[in-house]
Amino acid sequence: MIPAQFEYSRPAGVQEAVRALAEGGEDAKVLAGGQSLIPMLRMRLAVPSLVVDLGGVVEMRGVRDDGDALVIGAMTTHDQVLRDPLVHEHAPLVVQATSTVADRQVRHMGTFGGSLAHADAAGDLPSVAVALDATFDIEGPGGRRTVPAGEFFVDYLTSAVSPDEVLVSVRVPKLTGWGTHYEKFNRVAQAWALVGVAAAVRRSGQTIEDARVALTSMGPTPVRARGVEEALIGAPATAEVVNAAADRAGEGTEPSSDVSASGEYRLHLARVLTGRAVAAAGGL
Amino acid sequence: MTATEAGPGTSVGAALGRKEDARLITGRTMWTDNVTLPGMLHLAILRSPMAHARITHLDVTPALESPGVITAFSGREVADVQGSLPCAWPVTEDTVVPDYPPIAVDEVRHTGEPVAVVAARDKASAEDALELIEVDYEPLPVVLDMEAALADDAPLVHRDQGSNRCYTWTFDSAEAGTGGDVTRAESDAEVVVTRRFSQQRLIPAFMEPRSIVVDPTGDQITMWSATQVPHILRLMLAMVTGTPEHKVRVVAPDVGGGFGGKLQVTPEEFIAFVAANRIGRPVKFTESRSETMMSGHHGRDQIQDVTISARRDGSVTGLSVRLLANMGAYLGLVTPGVPVLGAFMYNAIYKFPAYRFECTGVFTNTTKTDAYRGAGRPEATFAIERAMDELAAELGMDPLELRRRNWINHDEFPFTTVSTLTYDSGNYEAATERAKELFGYDELRREQERRRAAGDTVQLGIGVSTFTEMCGLAPSRVLGSLNYGAGGWETASVRVLPTGKVEVVTGTSPHGQGHETAWSQIAADQLGVPFEDIEVLHGDTRSSHKGLDTYGSRSLAVGGAALVHACEKVVDKARPVAAHLLECDPADLEFTDGAFRVRGSPESAKTIADCSLAVFNAHDLPEGMEPSLDSDATYDPANFSFPHGSHLCATEVDTETGRVRIRSYVAVDDVGRVVNPTIVEGQVHGGIAQGIAQALYEEASYDDDGNLLAGTFVDYLVPSATDLPTITTDRTETPAPDHPLGAKGVGEAGTIASTPAVVNAVVDALRPSGVTDVPMPCTPERVWRAARSTEGSERS
Amino acid sequence: MSRINLTVDGVRYDDDVDPRTLLVHHLRERLGKVGTVVGCDTTNCGACTVLMDGQGVKSCTVLAAQADGRTIDTIEGLAGEDGTLHPVQQAFHERHALQCGYCTPGMIMAAVDLLSENPDPTEDEVREGLEGNLCRCTGYQNIVGAVRDAAATMRAEVPAPRESTTETVEGTAPTTTGEVAR
Repeated sequence: MIPAQFEYSRPAGVQEAVRALAEGGEDAKVLAGGQSLIPMLRMRLAVPSLVVDLGGVVEMRGVRDDGDALVIGAMTTHDQVLRDPLVHEHAPLVVQATSTVADRQVRHMGTFGGSLAHADAAGDLPSVAVALDATFDIEGPGGRRTVPAGEFFVDYLTSAVSPDEVLVSVRVPKLTGWGTHYEKFNRVAQAWALVGVAAAVRRSGQTIEDARVALTSMGPTPVRARGVEEALIGAPATAEVVNAAADRAGEGTEPSSDVSASGEYRLHLARVLTGRAVAAAGGL
Repeated sequence: MTATEAGPGTSVGAALGRKEDARLITGRTMWTDNVTLPGMLHLAILRSPMAHARITHLDVTPALESPGVITAFSGREVADVQGSLPCAWPVTEDTVVPDYPPIAVDEVRHTGEPVAVVAARDKASAEDALELIEVDYEPLPVVLDMEAALADDAPLVHRDQGSNRCYTWTFDSAEAGTGGDVTRAESDAEVVVTRRFSQQRLIPAFMEPRSIVVDPTGDQITMWSATQVPHILRLMLAMVTGTPEHKVRVVAPDVGGGFGGKLQVTPEEFIAFVAANRIGRPVKFTESRSETMMSGHHGRDQIQDVTISARRDGSVTGLSVRLLANMGAYLGLVTPGVPVLGAFMYNAIYKFPAYRFECTGVFTNTTKTDAYRGAGRPEATFAIERAMDELAAELGMDPLELRRRNWINHDEFPFTTVSTLTYDSGNYEAATERAKELFGYDELRREQERRRAAGDTVQLGIGVSTFTEMCGLAPSRVLGSLNYGAGGWETASVRVLPTGKVEVVTGTSPHGQGHETAWSQIAADQLGVPFEDIEVLHGDTRSSHKGLDTYGSRSLAVGGAALVHACEKVVDKARPVAAHLLECDPADLEFTDGAFRVRGSPESAKTIADCSLAVFNAHDLPEGMEPSLDSDATYDPANFSFPHGSHLCATEVDTETGRVRIRSYVAVDDVGRVVNPTIVEGQVHGGIAQGIAQALYEEASYDDDGNLLAGTFVDYLVPSATDLPTITTDRTETPAPDHPLGAKGVGEAGTIASTPAVVNAVVDALRPSGVTDVPMPCTPERVWRAARSTEGSERS
Repeated sequence: MSRINLTVDGVRYDDDVDPRTLLVHHLRERLGKVGTVVGCDTTNCGACTVLMDGQGVKSCTVLAAQADGRTIDTIEGLAGEDGTLHPVQQAFHERHALQCGYCTPGMIMAAVDLLSENPDPTEDEVREGLEGNLCRCTGYQNIVGAVRDAAATMRAEVPAPRESTTETVEGTAPTTTGEVAR
């Protein structure tokens, strides 16, 4: 299994990358860490004429503190995210979900931005980004634009990043005073999530003040479980409330049936796992 | 590297480190894909995307224009030289053996079937050129389900045959005179338990993809292949292609696992052979993982209808089994024989007074099935061990108590079973008692009661599997009676070098089993030569010209016995030499502690090394003596090998999600006398892992069009380290009476035993809610569905 | 063609490569580093694991061009120049952590990578750390044991005298806590 032939470009900066993509035309493809793209190249499911490798774009790596948010460079590897003290302090949900992405070797190469731009609905980070109301900085021929998480994931394997654009960084709001939890359910360690639940809960004493819940693999894009959140916000922090709220996890979802699981089972799992994730996030 | 030095006679039984490891842990292994020859071309194979179709147009000429391509050809272009792939085991006289061209000529019958070949200067160019080959297919009706395939109006996989039935093989104890009539047993029974089990299709998933290099430029045509069966492969290459056997050399260098998946002569081997001869240059074909999964043979895939009749006191009175066995689209080397091997194992360790078995092999538009670790015996053991648990539940009896009431007691061996085998030895009581103790069986039962009473979300299940199996394939005369195309003997040669070092040549062909170590241990003890002074040669027909290779847990059971006998012959040949050197009568010599000694005066001794130097010089030997100690022996076993054991598994089942976690697993195996306990334990671990994988994770299913849904490791879930438990192992030791070392086979035992232990535990966890089965693999969804489907009845 | 330089097992190589060349194919076919093997097409099996600048990566899922300027360590460079085995190699032998050996180069390199980050992993941490490597022969149990044995050896400043049987190994690891024994 060897990729079809392609031209290769390794720009040193974002502008240069955007120019390379423009010159490459519509069959050009961005290579971040390559952990999803290279298998697709090998199976010849992707046959780009030009591969633009962002590995040399130093400005796209790393995490910085930007006041009420962290800015995570798109080319920051999963491994760098896991080692970053800022992420540990302000976005433990990102740490927890990232630690479940694939395996150590893949996390050494794979990138935060690459995972998000790949927009696999079974990926763990998209639902986390949605739960955290992250925003995405995208650069293209027309300059830079910012897209909220709710608009970033367009369809299965389709993000708001156009073929001539580059995802530069992701702005992740700090959650202070929140509890968070990512609950992943897969059949073997290497398998994609059948369902995942990203939950963040802010309590004030015995009351749930705020809650954010998003679901992995419950439709072509990550799903924000608004019904669950609605049922939680302002309610007492009890197991009964959480279970009743979790029953609404299926609202707005379109779970698929495939070789891994039926839609009906995914729906069931979403409810069970939402209950568990919210309980864990809320310290119940 | 191996620090422990074994003294004479003490090597067998010692936990010596493996000789093989030195190259394997340093990256100096010789895999077939590492073989590179001058002028070597690389092959790529175009495969059918259709499960059943007529090839209406095929043109390779556009591929010839592609850079780096040397040649390309279709099945039609080589139809007169490629031959038909062999089936060595048509189990009945009327078994349908269809023509099996390595490259399809007119029609394709499963997805992944080769349709054309490209040879190019490098692999990338060969793969590029595949995309240029023009093929038009006219779709034909596809049949995938075995029962549908047997319907009168079913589409035919082979349209020149009248049906999709390959064969029907039957056994009836009343007819054979080994037992009573099952129909009568069932009508007289106080309890009858009938179950249908499904053995899902599995993929062997050895880690090294198959690879072949063929060099046609020498006096012998040499094939390197990642195979378990270099000797069988050479014979089949000669027979199928008409190449004289002495003009073919086959080398199985280091081979990265097989599990039955490399017990095959493959289309790809014949394609490479044909291509190399056609081009006149060396060629290499190394398959991708996707190709392995799609077109390397699969395992299992049976539907089993099992009925046990019994009395209320638990004593079983009859057993009937009806099988449908999926052959796939073609017959591989032993495809039809796999389910028939199971026929002898359904009665297992129990004293069934009546038994009937019927198996029908069915063609479908799927990849062929064939041997996969255990081959027929895991299927049988699963069915009987599951059914015994169901009977226990029906009777309200502890499953181990039910087994105890029916098994063969240790003082009843040798025991001739209702299916005609004579079990030579065993002690089921001892193994079970030890397993219960290590497992904490009674305490776990109490915990289970507590959790059931409390209505815990996570329920505890306890699964039992008390198994035996027949291995050490096999007595040649038995194979003959089963219509198998070869014998079951094995051979070994011992070459004593002038300095006293020894080469052992074996006909077995290891691919992870550690024969280089174990055979050295055996020869060290037999000859009194240090373990380090022995080299084991295998897997090259130039050095090891004869053998029947490695599968069916046969290598130690048969090949090990051959080695013992070859060593005995060396000692016999050395004895007169030693006597001559010691100037005594050979009858006065005893061979002890690695040397010949005169009885009564042990201080004067001659070793095998002394004798080998003497025969090398040959200056002073008794008149007429052949100056050589070299010896060989071929051993044909009188009986199968019957390892047994008791496996206990505790699962925790999350009733909300259906997730199964194995909490503890105890395996007490009895494989007779052990040559290397470390290797044995490793075989048990790995075997159990594969059995657990069948129980919980793996399944190769097809969509309605015949596309394999688990075509890569993304969808075919081979468990990783986090998905498997730590296993507690122990052994009881009941020596095999007919084996010179008392050893029994171990390679497949773990796989055979573990699958029913796990599934019994899953079902046991859910039994209070009325669950009586969960189909394999017991995925979380299936477990959840099983639990949910009975919720209503539980509440009512 | 892309011009790349790699330092592989301590030796620098400069080559022109087709951009589509995978690192593992470059290692095997151009540099003759056939100790590193390919087991799958989908980044699952980990047989091709090498260290890139000290971190484990699956060399079938890295373009050779991506590795330009990097240092690569393979199984072939792990032992000392005098043939002294790395503690992980030694432990794999002593614990019978391999059978067919095909996954072994990748498994050992993944273990070396894991221990460089976590010198004293629990059994669960070893299992999780190796989740990217498939083995079909061993059931992983002896691999997990070997990695923990190697960790104990590496933590000890002066390696303890070792003998080949598993039993003695467990007893001689000087800094092991009680849970090291299987």
